[in-house]
Amino acid sequence: MTFGDQYKKWKVDDFKVPSACGLSGFISQDGHLTGGDVIIESMSVIRDRGNGLGGGFAGYGIFPKYKEHYALHIMFEDANGKSRCEELLEGSLEVEASEEMPTKPIPQIQDPPLLWRYFAVPRREKLAAEGAGADDFMVRLVMTINTTVPGTFVFSSGKNMGVFKAVGFAEDVGEFFRIPDYSAHTWIGHGRFPTNTPGWWGGAHPFNILDWAVVHNGEISSYGINKRYLEMFGYHCTLLTDTEVMAYLFDLLVRKQGLPLSIACKILAAPFWKDIDEEDDPAEKELLESLRMAYGSALVNGPFAVIVGYSRGMVGLNDRIKLRPLVAAYKDDLLYVSSEESAIRQICPRPDRVWAPPAGQPVIGELKGDT
Amino acid sequence: MAKESTKREPEVKAVTVDAKGVYYRELNSRVRELIDDGYTEIVLDGVNGQRYIGDGLTDKVNIIINGVPGNDLGAFMDGPTLTVNDNAQDGVGNTMNSGKIVVRGHAGDVIGYGMRGGRIFVSGDVGYRVGIHMKSYREQVPIIVAGGKAGDFFGEYMAGGVIVLLGLGEDDRPMVGHYMGTGMHGGAIYTRGEPAHNLLGKEVSVFSLEDDDKKLLGGILSEFCEDALIDGSGIDVSDLVKLRPFSHRPYGSKYVY
Amino acid sequence: MPGTLVPSEFVVYIDPERCRKCKRCVLNCGFGAFEFKDRTIADSSKCVACHRCVVFCPEEAITIARNPLAFRDHPSWDVSLRKSIWRQAATPGMILTGMGNDLPWLNIFDHLLIDACQVTNPSIDPLREPMELRTYLGRKPDRLEVEPDGNHGFRLKNKVSNNIKLEVPIIFSGMSYGSVSLNVHRALAIAAEQLGTVMNTGEGGLHEELYPYADHIIVQCASGRFGVHSEYLNAGVAVEIKIGQGAKPGIGGHLPGEKIGSEVSSTRMIPAGTDALSPAPHHDIYSIEDLRQLIYALKEATGYKPVSVKIAAVHNVAAIASGIARAGADIIYLDGFRGGTGASPAVIRDHVGIPVEIALAVVDEQLRKEGIRNLVSIIAAGGIRSSADVAKAIALGADAVGIGTAALIAMGCRLCQKCYTGNCSWGIATQRPELTGRLDPDWGAERLVNLVNSWSTELQEILGALGVNAIESLRGNRERLRSLGLDSTTTEILDVKPAGR
Repeated sequence: MTFGDQYKKWKVDDFKVPSACGLSGFISQDGHLTGGDVIIESMSVIRDRGNGLGGGFAGYGIFPKYKEHYALHIMFEDANGKSRCEELLEGSLEVEASEEMPTKPIPQIQDPPLLWRYFAVPRREKLAAEGAGADDFMVRLVMTINTTVPGTFVFSSGKNMGVFKAVGFAEDVGEFFRIPDYSAHTWIGHGRFPTNTPGWWGGAHPFNILDWAVVHNGEISSYGINKRYLEMFGYHCTLLTDTEVMAYLFDLLVRKQGLPLSIACKILAAPFWKDIDEEDDPAEKELLESLRMAYGSALVNGPFAVIVGYSRGMVGLNDRIKLRPLVAAYKDDLLYVSSEESAIRQICPRPDRVWAPPAGQPVIGELKGDT
Repeated sequence: MAKESTKREPEVKAVTVDAKGVYYRELNSRVRELIDDGYTEIVLDGVNGQRYIGDGLTDKVNIIINGVPGNDLGAFMDGPTLTVNDNAQDGVGNTMNSGKIVVRGHAGDVIGYGMRGGRIFVSGDVGYRVGIHMKSYREQVPIIVAGGKAGDFFGEYMAGGVIVLLGLGEDDRPMVGHYMGTGMHGGAIYTRGEPAHNLLGKEVSVFSLEDDDKKLLGGILSEFCEDALIDGSGIDVSDLVKLRPFSHRPYGSKYVY
Repeated sequence: MPGTLVPSEFVVYIDPERCRKCKRCVLNCGFGAFEFKDRTIADSSKCVACHRCVVFCPEEAITIARNPLAFRDHPSWDVSLRKSIWRQAATPGMILTGMGNDLPWLNIFDHLLIDACQVTNPSIDPLREPMELRTYLGRKPDRLEVEPDGNHGFRLKNKVSNNIKLEVPIIFSGMSYGSVSLNVHRALAIAAEQLGTVMNTGEGGLHEELYPYADHIIVQCASGRFGVHSEYLNAGVAVEIKIGQGAKPGIGGHLPGEKIGSEVSSTRMIPAGTDALSPAPHHDIYSIEDLRQLIYALKEATGYKPVSVKIAAVHNVAAIASGIARAGADIIYLDGFRGGTGASPAVIRDHVGIPVEIALAVVDEQLRKEGIRNLVSIIAAGGIRSSADVAKAIALGADAVGIGTAALIAMGCRLCQKCYTGNCSWGIATQRPELTGRLDPDWGAERLVNLVNSWSTELQEILGALGVNAIESLRGNRERLRSLGLDSTTTEILDVKPAGR
């Protein structure tokens, strides 16, 4: 099936594809850069969690030359889609540079679409006219492109970071996109096991909006209501995989509503009423009760383990009854999170500490100071 | 070093395999070949993440694993002794029938699910859903011992067998998580110290030890400490309490006929 | 000409071999269908098939059968229509009836199927693992703000306004004291307290004996303003403005003077023996801004308790609900066309209004489209018959459901539809002291608690099968429903996919 056929098929049938998979990620909190070969090696150990129908990576700090520009990664079905999209881009953005994404053709990655990247900022006059902040402007632009320009899909839109993903095993996807050529302070990786029909490039993980990149293992049984809740705030869930609600929920709660990351995690993996009732501190109890009352539709139910990368850090989170595995480890300034300990031990043979975070408790690593 | 198997073997025929980077299918098939060739002690070096080691094996052999084995270690196993000189992952001893698995480190989630016999000894912490639906029948009694702490749903749905949780470790985390023994309708859990009552499933109650319990525990703990390399001198059997279900038909009144 | 042209609906058979002439049937029948003249004689024309006699006959000597009298079938002229004409030709007037719509309109709940998890998502064991049904009714903020608490944690900056806390997403619908007996109200209050939910006074006020149950009562302010005074307004966790109900949208109410005894009279604050008339509209609400005015008047009068607005589900219910939410209501109670009543003209009960399933779907969708869904909680009512209906209503978008008919059936009601006569043999829809004494409030409360607990357990099983462990993950999650045998327009309006998609 060509990319275009798959894309059309999914759009028409509105068919949600659940995700089951393997995750790995690490961050150097001192901001040291590591080559992408390391994350590929980690993913190779948990290859069997995927079935080769999707793989991907996200790296942060990979475009030091264009630190202040939004780096758009776009896949096109054909040249027509590309020119239509570029018209839209030109109208809204000042594009500093654009080029085909460097790739390496390998037999394991078949029928790649056109893959381009653009480093750009919103046009000042457009921003002023819409009275929007640059981030909101970009979110709207990305949603517009993804919902109205056929055969086009923006799969990365953050600054100084990039998502790379395709149909294939993670190691192959990494080789195809030349991941070892990039150096990042934060890497996350994903190998997919979609249980229904063949994957679609856009459906692979990480899922991205601005600098949020989410890799997800599990299935969101509350998807229907999470999606409808997000739509009230202008997010369009088009991707037919449930992971996108995770990314949008982080964007809504943390970026738009300004809630601290740890509070956002208490909304997504909310503590049980039983535990809230037993809370001794009345202020904490009121906070937890109110969070559940106000944000019940953002509670993410069903098994999940996610690793989320963002401009300043990385967070790993489990669902409230830990139905999916998640292991964390420290070594000096490095924080590792993965579906399996062996994926961590492959790239960090002797960690200072290895542990399994309890259900609903986030593991957060952040860059120290300015980087 | 693993002990020799307790059955009197004429001699130990040992071999070491370099498992580094070997795909699990190849590794496990190699192990089977070696067993067929009469090896009784197989050391796997450089293991990291290979799944299904020891699965379905019925021979009384010793397999020593140096490194972190992948998921489902010793699943459906019926006889061998596996010793891990590192941490283990999820699914250890899944539906195990007999034999022994020793982990000198911590282990992950869903340990001993549906276990029907044999022993699993973990020196460190264990994860969530340990010992779900363990069951025993006549002399076949499965036993799990964990030296450290455990997560939620410990002993969920237990129908038989014995789980011992020692809670050793310097930190002040609670020894066990919520919903301990939820759905339990058989078997016994022993913990070192009484868990807070709000952590217990509603089917479970705390009892003090009887002489039979102490005798059972004495034997199990000394074997555990030796295998898992734990210093047992600080552990006094009388510090343990017993948790058992109220009823073997906890849901009799849930249905209307 | 004979007195009536209308043959009896039912025929009462007494087995003479078994009857031991204890006369219990004579005593028990509220409709006077039995008399004793050296043997028990039944007047079938008075029988309403309420089964009181059957249940209380120690010898099981009584059977009630449908009158086997044959009518010529006619697909358009159902026998009931012919009977109605005979009755109205004999005595002019509107035909009254009780309880809910009994015409064979399509039941949408019966065409919705619930999902379950298989493989890609584990189902959860509700008997052994946490399964949360707790629900809060009231206004929720769009967002919360927190600030550091100086101790590595955070605390709330903006509070969530008054909400009603329910341990289960099922409440007891309003049934007026007058249409039902005081013992029914007592049973509902006791059960609501035990279950951690609320009952609703209905439009007949609240007997002061029930004031101690204030934390579990919603007091209703209806068009007749019966029993509405400031103490009453403060004797509940919330106040409900009753604009209409599903059984009789758009019309008022009429409780005949025969049902206004001294207790009802003092509770409603009208003279005994007079008719209690509820006007069709609230005469201070002729437009939406008037509603806003009343809502805030009530809030000011009660220290800002949550205010609920109860409406019948009618054609443009979505726009109406949007207006109500913007007018300041905290809760919208949607009563579908199958809602029950103590008395309503049959033609209104059976032909006016729309199903609650559709009302719920369009109201929930409209409020979301306008970005105001969190301003109100939605309660769905009108023919909620089982835990399956509860689950489906919640999946369509309801925060909770209300049960009226089911609650009365739990207490013995047989759905004979004669509530308006005040002769209820079960002591439910009556004020006759010799009948009301038959319902022991504690017994009634136990039956209600059993019913709601049973449904809660079933609801937890359903949630477990769906792989969710908190009711908020089912709420509005239409993705977990599929339709079977509905036309495509209806499925589109419900925004539910057909099974297979």
